[in-house]
Amino acid sequence: MATTTQQVQAKGGKDRHRALGLSDDQALRMYEVMRLARAVDERMWLINRQGRAPFVISCQGQEGAQVGVAAALKPGHDWVAPYYRDAGVVLWFGMTARDQMLSFFARREDPNSGGRQMPGHYGSKRLHIVTGGSPVSTQLLHAAGVALASRQRKEDAVTATFFGEGGASQGDAHEAMNFAGIHKLAVLFVCENNGYAISVPQTHQMAIENVADRAAGYGFPGVVVDGNDVLACYEVAKEAVARARRGEGPTLIEAKTYRMTAHSSDDDDKRYRTAEEVALWRAKDPIQAYARYLSEAGVLKDEAESAITERVTQQVDEATEYAEQAPDPTADDLLKFVYKKDVTA
Amino acid sequence: MPSKTVIEAIREAMDEEMQRDPSVFIIGEDVGVRGGVFLATDGLYKKYGEYRVIDSPLAESCIVGVAIGAAVNGMRPIAEIQFADFIAPAMNQIIEEAARFCYRTAGDFNLPMVIRAPWGGGVHGALYHSQSIEATFAHIPGLKVVVPSTPADAKGLLKAAVRDPDPVLYLEHKRTYRLVRGEVPQGDGIVPIGKAEVKRAGTDLSLIAYGLMLNHCLEVATKLAEEGISAEVLDLRTIKPMDEKAVIDTTKKTGKVLVVHEDNRFGGIAAEVIAIIMENAFDSLDAPVMRLTAPDAPAMPFNHTLEEAFMPNVDKILAKARELARL
Repeated sequence: MATTTQQVQAKGGKDRHRALGLSDDQALRMYEVMRLARAVDERMWLINRQGRAPFVISCQGQEGAQVGVAAALKPGHDWVAPYYRDAGVVLWFGMTARDQMLSFFARREDPNSGGRQMPGHYGSKRLHIVTGGSPVSTQLLHAAGVALASRQRKEDAVTATFFGEGGASQGDAHEAMNFAGIHKLAVLFVCENNGYAISVPQTHQMAIENVADRAAGYGFPGVVVDGNDVLACYEVAKEAVARARRGEGPTLIEAKTYRMTAHSSDDDDKRYRTAEEVALWRAKDPIQAYARYLSEAGVLKDEAESAITERVTQQVDEATEYAEQAPDPTADDLLKFVYKKDVTA
Repeated sequence: MPSKTVIEAIREAMDEEMQRDPSVFIIGEDVGVRGGVFLATDGLYKKYGEYRVIDSPLAESCIVGVAIGAAVNGMRPIAEIQFADFIAPAMNQIIEEAARFCYRTAGDFNLPMVIRAPWGGGVHGALYHSQSIEATFAHIPGLKVVVPSTPADAKGLLKAAVRDPDPVLYLEHKRTYRLVRGEVPQGDGIVPIGKAEVKRAGTDLSLIAYGLMLNHCLEVATKLAEEGISAEVLDLRTIKPMDEKAVIDTTKKTGKVLVVHEDNRFGGIAAEVIAIIMENAFDSLDAPVMRLTAPDAPAMPFNHTLEEAFMPNVDKILAKARELARL
């Protein structure tokens, strides 16, 4: 059993995506979803700062890890159990900018929760996105359970679940990896290590450098990957998905990345991070890095870049306009769906 | 009708449901080869195999969290918590996750899952094998809490719980497992969730209880009859959602009510039952509503004298009922 943590380094070259089996179109599609996730997020901050919506929680900086992994899965067949930053994951799995904005404005039509949850608490049965709450890392056990059901029915669906390095401290993270390891379930445990749990740095979260090293304790491989390199993330996820589909069990993927914004619109990250550190990571922005690669590879030409910008902007504009005007839930909705089947004696 | 014990009825319900529906499976500690520490799942591992009777790691949050995920993906898990006293590590998964899945997705998700937990005292189980947990969980919207007292209800309510689209906490009183024997109808014999039952009709006063205490109350009613006091015994059967109509009806009928439970007094189920009565049947009362419960001490000491002092029993209920009858 391979249990040594593997470090996957970003590779050079102009043909990386093709070497991974990605067509130019697929590579561009990944870029566009990353751009869309970022653009929706940026718009949310703008609207929040204008006082038009109460709360935003961000994906910025982590889109490479999110889309890189999600792109290795089959939406509608495979499952994801995301956490609250995973805009890139859910957009890849079929959510739209409009869905995001409906959730952001807490409208009745919000497909995640009908305006009941804060933004970022994704969930759609149709899209195979397991609903998430706010207590962290509970979703890792749900992912193990989803995968158990796939195993029981002898289906080859893979379930990917996502969490931060802070979430890795929760007991549920341990219990989920332990259970998935025992039964060799088809699960990808994807740790988006952005260095901070709100203000607490990784050094105060754990005594080790790599979350992925813990995989050895569960009997499956752990892989450390540059989370700001979308193609590297795709590469390790593709391998992990293949392993899972072959029935060889889970993989723990640790994508080293960074949160480019504060934890949320209610946080002030200047209290615990230096401007220099943030600037250093902004220079490693996964979207800009990928754009450079695609451009050098001759895939992303100026016209294509303009067309993507136009499409993304248009989607965000339309989504914002639609959602801001969409109706709120009414007080009558308050007591609906406490139960699927209400029992009134 | 064949006569069975509570534990036999529970086992039969699971066996029949697993036979009927391939999506039903069991997960918990020692449920496999061992057949459960109380033998609730005895023989099922052999019959249904390791993927439908799963021996989990010794981790309660794992048991419930995995069950939630499986329920998301089309299965109907029965998660066994070995003793109700050990459910605390799973509370985050039960309260924050299972109870909220439907509500937080406006009905997009629902969790057809059962959490079975042996509860209650009187078995020298001491502080960590005797607890009552119903009030804690009944407080949580989105959960259903059922508490059968007889073999027929144990089977019928477990079947209803397995087929229910929402998470059901199914509490089985471990003292009743082999103590209480009764007729169990052949076939499904579904007992609907949310329906109390008058187990004995009477006119002078009402005893409202569930679990082991319900069986004690039936014994008390027999003794009271010998004294010329006609006691009605209402078995709540489901704690949440509570059958308010049945509570109101028996109050209006007798005008005197004693609520009995072995859970702690403060914020217990009796307090809720009494509030229902005060809000809906105050005018029918001929005496103040009474409750007999365990005291507000941790349940419950190992020492025999202390255990006896903690638990309501037939003598204590009888004394309290006589007091109520005299008013």
